[in-house]
Amino acid sequence: MRLLVRGGRLVDPTQDLDGPFDLLVEDGVVAAIDGRIDAAGATVRDADGLVVTPGWIDMHVHLREPGQEYKETVKSGTLAAAAGGFTAVACMANTVPVNDNPSVTEHILKEAARHGFARVYPIGAASKGQRGEELAEIGEMVAAGVVAVSDDGYPVANPALMRRVLEYARHFDVPVIQHAQDLELTAGGVMHEGEWSTRLGLPGWPGAGEDIIVARDVLLAEDYGGRYHVAHLSTARALGLVRRAKEQGLAVTCEVTPHHLLLTDELIATSEFSPNAKMNPPLRGESDRRALLAGLADGTVDAIASDHAPHHPDEKDVEFSLAPFGVIGLETNLGLCYDRLVRSGILTLPRLVELFSSGPARLLGVPGGTLRVGAVADVTLFDPDAELTVEPAAFRSKSRNTPFAGWTVRGRAVGTIVGGRPVELPAG
Amino acid sequence: MTADAQWSRKDLLGIADLSAGEIGAILDTAESFREVSARPIKKVPTLRGKTVVNLFFEPSTRTRSSFEIAQKRLSADNINFSISDSALSKGESLVDTALNLQAMQPDLIVIRHAHAGAPQMLARRLQAGVINAGDGAHEHPTQALLDALTIRQHKGTLAGLKVAIVGDIEHSRVVRSNIHLLTRMGSEVTVAGPRTMMPVGMDKLGARVAYDLEEAIAGADVIMMLRIQLERQTRMLFPSIREYFLLFGLTLARLAAAREDAIILHPGPMNRGVEIASEVADGERSVILEQVANGVAVRMAVMYLLSGAQRGAA
Repeated sequence: MRLLVRGGRLVDPTQDLDGPFDLLVEDGVVAAIDGRIDAAGATVRDADGLVVTPGWIDMHVHLREPGQEYKETVKSGTLAAAAGGFTAVACMANTVPVNDNPSVTEHILKEAARHGFARVYPIGAASKGQRGEELAEIGEMVAAGVVAVSDDGYPVANPALMRRVLEYARHFDVPVIQHAQDLELTAGGVMHEGEWSTRLGLPGWPGAGEDIIVARDVLLAEDYGGRYHVAHLSTARALGLVRRAKEQGLAVTCEVTPHHLLLTDELIATSEFSPNAKMNPPLRGESDRRALLAGLADGTVDAIASDHAPHHPDEKDVEFSLAPFGVIGLETNLGLCYDRLVRSGILTLPRLVELFSSGPARLLGVPGGTLRVGAVADVTLFDPDAELTVEPAAFRSKSRNTPFAGWTVRGRAVGTIVGGRPVELPAG
Repeated sequence: MTADAQWSRKDLLGIADLSAGEIGAILDTAESFREVSARPIKKVPTLRGKTVVNLFFEPSTRTRSSFEIAQKRLSADNINFSISDSALSKGESLVDTALNLQAMQPDLIVIRHAHAGAPQMLARRLQAGVINAGDGAHEHPTQALLDALTIRQHKGTLAGLKVAIVGDIEHSRVVRSNIHLLTRMGSEVTVAGPRTMMPVGMDKLGARVAYDLEEAIAGADVIMMLRIQLERQTRMLFPSIREYFLLFGLTLARLAAAREDAIILHPGPMNRGVEIASEVADGERSVILEQVANGVAVRMAVMYLLSGAQRGAA
């Protein structure tokens, strides 16, 4: 199949491209990029007025399958991803049962092959059952297809285990993704510890609870090597630790989420305790938020990821303290980040593409993230001028738990191409 | 302007959003209701035909009986749901409990809940007026109002007073409601307690923060002692009752730092010999039992004003 994407603004930071280029895709890979391509017989996709980039990858998603299909499935989650402009997602291991062995990994990949609207890269558990006691069968899972290991949902709390995970994962050259949370310091905490937790009388989850684990892990990475990646980093100080580790030359990376970039803990007061303002790590204060924005611009942050965490409305519609942590993001990431980060002048568009495409591709060691000739033809197309109002009822995801309901932004995904084929979404 | 004219809210969820005018309206109304409790026949027909539900998800003797007495003196019909017989223990969600109650068309719901924000959840969904009788460590508005009424009776005003609140600040809903109320009415509030029980950012709520009892009560017109929950000891917050009392317990000797006419309040229930010595609790400057009496008047006033707002809206 030959597909010509014609007349768009093509942005590919891996080739320093940003301008009007045609893109020719053939046999699933990028065949040519040029100012004007005439390809007789090719299917033409008119991209006039659209932005064309390497496919967007959300490296931190909870697909909830197996085990919690009432929240999300591989099918509904990848449908949400495709609708939101993503060509690939990496899914976390905290399913039921936990993805800590190759049979669960294979199940997820089989579902993705059968029903997927985007590529799915499973992330394996770091420890058996995510219990933080024994190493999971990382080698076998990597052979089955996992691209990273993580106990996300929980931290690897035990420093001795963290050391061993870092050491052992080196055999397979996969990153170790840490959900950085000291369970003692944050015990009972439901929101960021600060002025607003004091005003609202809610138990605090202090920034130090995150920073201490990142500091500890960076020291371990210094001594024992390994690729260490901080998931959903949310504090200025943890970001500083990552920055220093990078300056030291350590293989330390981090991701941040759109909600930590765009919202603060004050939302819990202004929303009158909305459970959709509750996630882990919690929304922080304005100084942390500003530090994260600076980290995007200066290169300390390697990726933006949604930590898409679907929960059923019945689970969320309870007292704030009792509600589960987490919000979804696959269908709002692109518009929110384009509008509030690029349009507002905080980032250039090529930098945003790095954060959502080449950054995560490099981190996970997966195909995509570039439109170089010969690369896999995963492409995201979006309309930078189209208005998008966040309407949870219209989501493709099975869940509705977003803190951005009602926001209007400019920037809307209009299509994805995976492996050279346009992804067709069912009517809905 | 009459008190009724100052009031248009359906719910009383906290003090944080109230204006000085609204606070004044409740206090003035409460003042006029005090007299009812002094009559031989302690009943007025004000809320006759109104149904009030007391929904207590947390054990409470004082607040609940105060609300109940207030309801009876206003001739309201009241029913009580407590934790033991509530559907909560059967796994029903708060939202479902609320919707079921709404179907019975109560006029007012009084809620006490261990989790901050539960009254807001109810208020968003119910046509009935919601009164927060304490939600987690967030707010306890009627307590702050009865404290203010008591202070005003003794000092004539709330403006320009120095008020010290001492104890477990972090876990106290009483302190938050009191800071909002007293600072809005022109008092100067100092909070004091061990650093382990002092949450971050108290100064941003408008209170001065001290870590020493004498410093906190120096020159104070009003001293409010907070209950120390004994189980906090096991949560690394203080080493022993003995040491807590040594550092922060209010004794007669320590009281000398305050003004001679300073009054002593306590929201109860008291731990004698922990946060307050009996000689102070039972002494002539203690107004603790007056607080309890005023609690009934304040709750009558709140229920009267809220049901008036409903009438106005109808």
